Amino acid sequence: MSAERPFVSWLPFYTLLKKEVLRFLRVFAQTLVTPVITASLYLFVFGATLGDRISVLEGFSYAQFVIPGLVLMGVISNSFSNSSSSLFMSRYLGNIVDLLVTPISPSQFILAYTLAAMLRGLAVGSCVMLISTAFAGLPWAHPFSAVAMLVMASFLFSQFGIVAAIHSTNFDNLSMYNNFLILPLIYLGGVFYPISILPSFWGGLSHLNPIFYLIDGFRFALLGRGDVPPALSFGMTAGMSLALFLWAAALIRSGYRLRQ
Amino acid sequence: MPPALAIRDLWKHYGKTPVVKGLCLTIEPGEIFGLLGPNGAGKSTTINLISGVCRMEKGSILVFGLDNRTQYRRTRQMVGVMHQEIVVDAFFTIEKALEIHSGYYGIPDDPAWRRQLIERLDLGPHLKKHMLKLSGGLKRRFMVAKALIHKPRLLILDEPTAGVDVELRRALWEMVKEINAQGTTVLLTTHYLEEAEAMCGRIAIMNQGDLVALEPTEQLLARLPFRTVLADLKAPLRELPPLLRGFGAQVEREGLRIRFDLSAHQSSWSLMQALHQSALPVADVLTEKPGLEEVFIHLTGLGQGRRNQP
Repeated sequence: MSAERPFVSWLPFYTLLKKEVLRFLRVFAQTLVTPVITASLYLFVFGATLGDRISVLEGFSYAQFVIPGLVLMGVISNSFSNSSSSLFMSRYLGNIVDLLVTPISPSQFILAYTLAAMLRGLAVGSCVMLISTAFAGLPWAHPFSAVAMLVMASFLFSQFGIVAAIHSTNFDNLSMYNNFLILPLIYLGGVFYPISILPSFWGGLSHLNPIFYLIDGFRFALLGRGDVPPALSFGMTAGMSLALFLWAAALIRSGYRLRQ
Repeated sequence: MPPALAIRDLWKHYGKTPVVKGLCLTIEPGEIFGLLGPNGAGKSTTINLISGVCRMEKGSILVFGLDNRTQYRRTRQMVGVMHQEIVVDAFFTIEKALEIHSGYYGIPDDPAWRRQLIERLDLGPHLKKHMLKLSGGLKRRFMVAKALIHKPRLLILDEPTAGVDVELRRALWEMVKEINAQGTTVLLTTHYLEEAEAMCGRIAIMNQGDLVALEPTEQLLARLPFRTVLADLKAPLRELPPLLRGFGAQVEREGLRIRFDLSAHQSSWSLMQALHQSALPVADVLTEKPGLEEVFIHLTGLGQGRRNQP
C-alpha cells in the first residue's frame, strides 16, 4: 500500500486554497450576498436619495464621492473576515491539526489563506462596484492604480485577519477587532466625508488613521482627486501591507498558538 | 533500510512540568508497535512531536532516516496520524473532505484507493452527510480514512477504538493488520490492553513521561513469572489449612474461592497435591497467566492494593 508516490510540492498550497475558497462558497449567502446587499443599501441611501442633493467634493455628486469608500469597505471587511474567521475556527475547533501534520510550508500556509481572503474581498468589491454603476458613473482617472489599491487593501486585511485569528483567544476577542477597530476606522477614514472639511484637530487626527490612506488613494485613482498626495497614500498602504505580512509570517513560522 | 522511526533523547515540557523525559525508541519498518501508558503518561505528546503538532525542545526524531524538523515536508508525507481527539471540518461532507485531503500531503487524489477506504470503513451510506451530523463512531471511521488517504508508510493511531462498537473495532484491527502486511509500519496507542497484546509485536510502556518498558510483547508478558490458580469451593472456608499457606493464598467471595499466586519456583502440581491432601470441598479449579494488564499495572504502579480489595 505504502509504495513511494511522487511528492507534488505545490499541491498542499493548492489544496488549502481550494478548501478555503470552497469554504466561503459553501456559505455564499453569508460571505458574499450579505455584504453586497449591505453595500447596495448604502449605495441606495447615498446614491438614489441623497446623491444629487449633497456635494462635498467640487465637480462630483455625493454618490460618486462615497462609492470608492463603500467598495473599499466591502474589500476590507470581507478580506479580514475570511482569513480571521477561517483560521480562528480551525484553531478553536481543533481541526488545525489536520494542517499541522501535513507537509504544507509556512509560506504556502500564508499564501493560501491570503489568496482565498483576497478572492472573497475582491469578489465583494467587484460586485459593489458593478452595482454602483446603476447609481453614478465614475471617471476611472487612474484605472491601474485603482486595481493596485484594491489588491493591496485586500492583501493588507487578509494579513491582519491572520494576525487577529492567532492572537484571539475567543470569539469575543475576534469580533472586537472588527467592531471596535476596523469598522470605526473605516467610518472615520473618510468614506462619507473628505478629511479636508474637518476642523484642523480632527483632520490631523484622521491622518493617523491607516484606513484613511487606503480610501483616499482609491478615491484618487477613481476620481482623480484626493486629500493627500497619491504617493503618500500608496506608499503608506504598501508599507502597512509589508509590515503586516512580516508579522503574520513570523507568527505562522514560529507556530505561535498553533503548535503546542 | 533505516528504521521507520528513531527517537533519541526526546524532551518536552508543558510549563515547568516535563511530560516526555529523554525518550529513546526505535521502530523497525513493518512493525506493529504499541505505545501504552496511563492518562498523562506522555503518549499523545510523543505522537504530537512525531507528527509536528508539538514543537520539539530537545532530541531528534528520524522518520525512515529523515529528520522531522529539517526535512519535515518529506517526513510528514510519509506519516498518517489519527489523533485521539475527534477533529473534523464542519464545512464539508465526508466525500468532499476525503477527496481533497491527500492533496495536503502533496499527493494527488487516488479515487480507487479512496473508494476502497470508504468501502472497508463502511462510510458509503454516509458520504453526503456533513461532519456535524455524524455519530462519534462514524467520525472515528472518517478519521481513520483520513489518516490513510495518502497511503502513509508510517501509520500512527492514537486510541483509534475509543468509543467504537465491538464489530467496528474488530473490522478496524483486521484492516490495520492487512495494511501492515502490505508494508505499512504501525504505531498505536490504546487503553484496551488485550488489543495491544493481540496486535503488537513490541510494546513500550510510558509512565509520567518516562519509558518504563520496551520489549517484545511475549517478553513483556513473561516479566511477571507468577501464575494464578483459583479454587472454587462448594462450602465456605472457615480456616485456611496449614498445607496451603505457602502458596500465596487469599480467600475471596466470602470463603467460596481461594486465590493462589504462584511464584516462578512453585508448580501448580504441588498445589493440586496440597489441595487434595487438605480435603477441601473443591468444586472447580481455574488457572490464569498474567496478561498485559497485570504487567501494565505492575510497571506503572497503578491499582496497587487492588488484589486485597474485597
